[in-house]
Order: sequence, then C-alpha cells, then structure tokens
Amino acid sequence: MSAFVIRRLLQSIAVVMVMSLIVFFGVNIVGDPVDMLINPEADQADIEAAIRALGLDRPAHEQYWYFLVNAFKGDLGSSFIFGQPALQLIVQRMPATLELAFSALFLSVLIGIPLGVYAGLRPDTLASKTIMSGSILGFSLPTFWVGLMMIMIFAVILGWLPSTGRGETVPLFGVPVSFLTLNGLSHLLMPAVNLALFKMSLVTRLARAGTREVVHQDYIKFARAKGLSSRRVVMVHVLKNIMIPVVTVIGLEFGGLIAFSVVTESVFAWPGMGKLIIESIQNLDRPVIVAYLMITVLMFVFINLVVDVLYSVLDPRVRLQDMRA
Amino acid sequence: MTALADHGADHGAEQGVGQADSPLRRFLADFFESRVATVAFAALLGIVFIALFAPWISPTNPYDLATVDILDNRLPPGSEGFTGMTFWLGTDGAGRDILSAIFYGLRTSLSVGVMSGLIAMVMGSSIGLVAAYFGGRTDTLIMRIVDVQLSFPAILVALVLLALLGKGVDKIIVALVAVQWAYYARTVRASALVERRKEYVEAATCLALDHRRILFRHVLPNCLPPLIVVVTVQTAHAISLEATLSFLGIGLPVTEPSLGLLIANGFEYMLSQKYWISIFPGVALLITIVTINLVGDQLRDVLNPRLQR
Repeated sequence: MSAFVIRRLLQSIAVVMVMSLIVFFGVNIVGDPVDMLINPEADQADIEAAIRALGLDRPAHEQYWYFLVNAFKGDLGSSFIFGQPALQLIVQRMPATLELAFSALFLSVLIGIPLGVYAGLRPDTLASKTIMSGSILGFSLPTFWVGLMMIMIFAVILGWLPSTGRGETVPLFGVPVSFLTLNGLSHLLMPAVNLALFKMSLVTRLARAGTREVVHQDYIKFARAKGLSSRRVVMVHVLKNIMIPVVTVIGLEFGGLIAFSVVTESVFAWPGMGKLIIESIQNLDRPVIVAYLMITVLMFVFINLVVDVLYSVLDPRVRLQDMRA
Repeated sequence: MTALADHGADHGAEQGVGQADSPLRRFLADFFESRVATVAFAALLGIVFIALFAPWISPTNPYDLATVDILDNRLPPGSEGFTGMTFWLGTDGAGRDILSAIFYGLRTSLSVGVMSGLIAMVMGSSIGLVAAYFGGRTDTLIMRIVDVQLSFPAILVALVLLALLGKGVDKIIVALVAVQWAYYARTVRASALVERRKEYVEAATCLALDHRRILFRHVLPNCLPPLIVVVTVQTAHAISLEATLSFLGIGLPVTEPSLGLLIANGFEYMLSQKYWISIFPGVALLITIVTINLVGDQLRDVLNPRLQR
C-alpha cells in the first residue's frame, strides 16, 4: 500500500516538474523574458536591476533553478496590472471559484441522481426518454452558449435573475461567500446551473445505468418480496448500490469543474480565478498567467493523487495491477 | 434513400441465400436505416457545402469594407438596408449581414476543426500503433503520457498552450491537436493490440515485411472502424472548444471570425435586447455540433461489431 502511494507521489512530483519546465521554457522561448516578467513601463535602471534580481543574466539551467526556488518560497512575481504579488491575487480569487464549483457539484448530484434513478426505474416512459435526450444535449452543447441563453431568457427577457457579478457576500470563517444572502444566491444560481449542466448529464446517465443494473438483482427482488415499500427499496437498497460509481466520477470530475469555471466565470462576470486568467491572457499579464498555471497544475495533480489513492483503498485490484506494470 | 433502406431490410433474407454484399453497401444500408441519422447527414452535407462555397453563395462579403455600410448597423432580422437589400438575419454592430457572416464563420470554424482533427488523427494513431506494436517500455511510456494528459481537462490543456503561444490560427490548431491526439492514440492502441495477435500479422511478419509496411498496410486498416467514430466525435469537440476559446477572446484573432467570435461580438448587444447578433451564429454552431454528434452516434452503432444484429 505505502509502496503504491510513494510511487504515485513520485509520479505526481514528476508531472509538476515537467509542467514547470514547460511553463518556464514556454515563457523564455516564445518571447523575451525581460518583456514578459518586467513591467514594460519601467525605466532602464529599473529594468537592469530587475534583470539581475530575476537572474536573467545567468545561463538557462541556473535561471530555471532560480524560478523553482522562488516558486517554492511562494514568489511568482508581481502582476503588471494590479501591482500585487501574483500568488496573492490568485488566492484572493480562489474562494469565489471554489464556491461556484462546489455549488455546481451539489446541484449536479441533487438533480442528476433523482433524474437518473427515475429514468432507470421507468425506462420506457416519455419523461425518461426526455431526460435521456436532455442529457445528450447537456453533453454536447457548449457551456458558454447555454450560459448566454440563460442570460437572455432569465435576465434579459424575464428579468428574474441578475446576469453578472457575485452579489452581496458575507464572511464565513473570514472568507466571503455568496450563498448565505438572498441577493448572493440569486447571483449564484445561474452560473452554478450553467457549470453543473455537463456533470449533471454525466451523473444522470451513470445513475440510470446503475439503477437499470441494480433493479434486477436478487436483493432487490428479496426486499420487494419482504414487503418493503417501494419508497424504501429505492431510497435505501437501490440508492446505496448506485452510489459507488457516482462518487468515483464526482471525485474525478471536480477538477474539471474548476477548469470549466473559466468559461462560466467569463460569461457571468463571476470574479473568480477563471475570469482572472482570461483577463490576464488578454492583457499579457504574464506573472499572473505563470502563477495560475502552476497553481492549477498543482491542484490537479493533488486531486488526481487523492483520487488514485482512495481508489486503491476501495479497490485493491488497482494497486496490484499497478505494481505488476 | 428509400431504396437503400429497403435494401437494408431485405439484406438479412438475401444473406441466407448466400448472396454476398459488398461491405460498403451493407454499411451504407445500415447507416441510412435511421431517419434521424439520415436527416443529420443531409444537414451536415449542407453545412459542409456552405462552408466550402461561402464566398460564392453568401449574399454579401461581410469583410469587404466597400460593400458594408455602417448606416446599416444593428438592423433587426428581415429589415431592409440603406442600399435596399434585405438582411434576413439582421446586421451586427458594424452593419455586416449576419447571414453572410455566419457562412464565412462556418468556413473558419469547420476548417480549423477538421484540420486539427486530421493532424491529431495522423499523429495520435501513429503513436498508438507504435505503442501497441512494439509493446514493452515504449508502450508503457507512451500510455503514461496519454494517461497524464487525459487527467487534465481539455480546456485547461488548451489554455496552457494558448497562454504560452498567443493568438493565431496556427496556434489554436496546435492547441486543438494537443488536446485531441491522446484520444486517437488510446483508441488505435486498443484495437491494434487485438489485431497484432491475429494470424494475418503473423503471416506478414513471416514474409519478412518491414515494420512500417505491416503497421500501416495491415494493422491500421483493421483499426479503422473505431477510429472513424472517434474522428467524428472529436471533430465536434474541437469545433466546440475552438468556439469556446474564441468566445473567451483567446482563440482566433479578429481577422479570422469564427462562429465563437461572432457570438462574442453579439454578447454585448444581447443585454440591450438585440438578440439576433449572437443567437443566429450560436444556432449555426449548435446545428453543426449536434449533426456531427448524431452522425457519429449512428456510425458507432453501425460499426460496433458487438451491436451487429
């Protein structure tokens, strides 16, 4: 077990190192690092001081080492636009993104599982067929387009919901959140649904497939024969047994929610890290771009590591197979 | 079409008598058995036709400054312009005809999607073939890279590359290829692993044919059915991703207006009820993506030997 964890940990570190190489040499090869890392409006003396401070007069491998050491210290440069350390900027925006991602996750489970279980229990009804066709649309329609339609219908035509921003926030453990105020909730609803649609379709399909398989098992027949109410059979016996694949996929897909929040945040002007990175790319605010990329890669590698380890705990075949390979 | 469908229905009976059918005709008959797939295929043909011949069939050239009149800006659908021409889908903020802009946008979107799909297919399938054929360390290394890449969402990979490379048609193609190749590699590897254990590969090896010939002339053709399905699905995915990136303003430059860019241009007008500037390009994008997916679904059903009736 611990051998497996160590192997995976080493692999994760390797991935992070490769990514840091790509980002570092991407910045250095594609453009002049002096342009990229130093504010173009600085004067000559400042530029030379900065070149020395960043070690840009040294050979490439030394520079890379410098970059790594600074990154470990949490120093990824300062934003040209905001004048703040890039890392700080991203950490400030992170709660908004996480709130959006968790709300979307919550919605996709809360709506996806009942729809899927219903479609699995009564596969031939019109409602089930509608649910399944809807889930195909949820897969194939581009997120940004659905977001635009939502704004158009609910904000422009009906005027029910606000189309931009986070609304009123209140601090929860020192972190501002929107979901505790009515105004904040009304701002959160559309972006969260928009971001959730893709995962909701996935959860619905998984729950349906699971239900279809489970209802024919002997223990369900037995529970029915025992005279349990169908409500109890579904809520306890079916639900418990379809949760395993659903939970796995939810874990794996959480990273996807954070990545796709880039799109949703831009459509709904939600002030999270996704919106920040798009604006930074457009403004060529390179320190922020580099910092965002490194943080996101770290986050992803961490999520994948946790999922892999959890998986191997739940299913010993995974780690045995890996050991043999 | 009806002839084909009838043919498909008779097909089972005919086979009993021992009348051999060419695989292509059998495939076509199976494919056009579904009415939805037939309609989708026809629509897709129409879209490809529009994309190919956009400069000749669109009412105006929306990027020719001599014919665009700023006085025609933001006209609602069906209204008559300054020069007396009717704009069926309205005009955008610069007075361009939306219908023509959509025709040109389809051209850009489709060519970027198809081009990146083709490059990714050639690259990915070669890599997958090599992994399956040589096995061992090569295989482990390649599949590790594939696994690691697929553990990152497509949009993140594209974002990393575009952030480093900047805007441009070539850059977005690079990004889309980087996003897609791993799917092709995995698909081809999986089917090539099955194929390489078959007798015909053994026979070819015994004839002392070189690796390249065995791989590309013998193994690859037998891996085609799943590959074709992945091509359609991935092309739809690439078009959708390109539209998303262009909408976000980090994909194609303004000189190459794809559908995503047209939608982005109309976004600011949407809040003031001028819906048509965004909606119509969006509908064109949707129809494109949905028809490709429907055709892909039907291909999957027809080409999957396990589902063969």
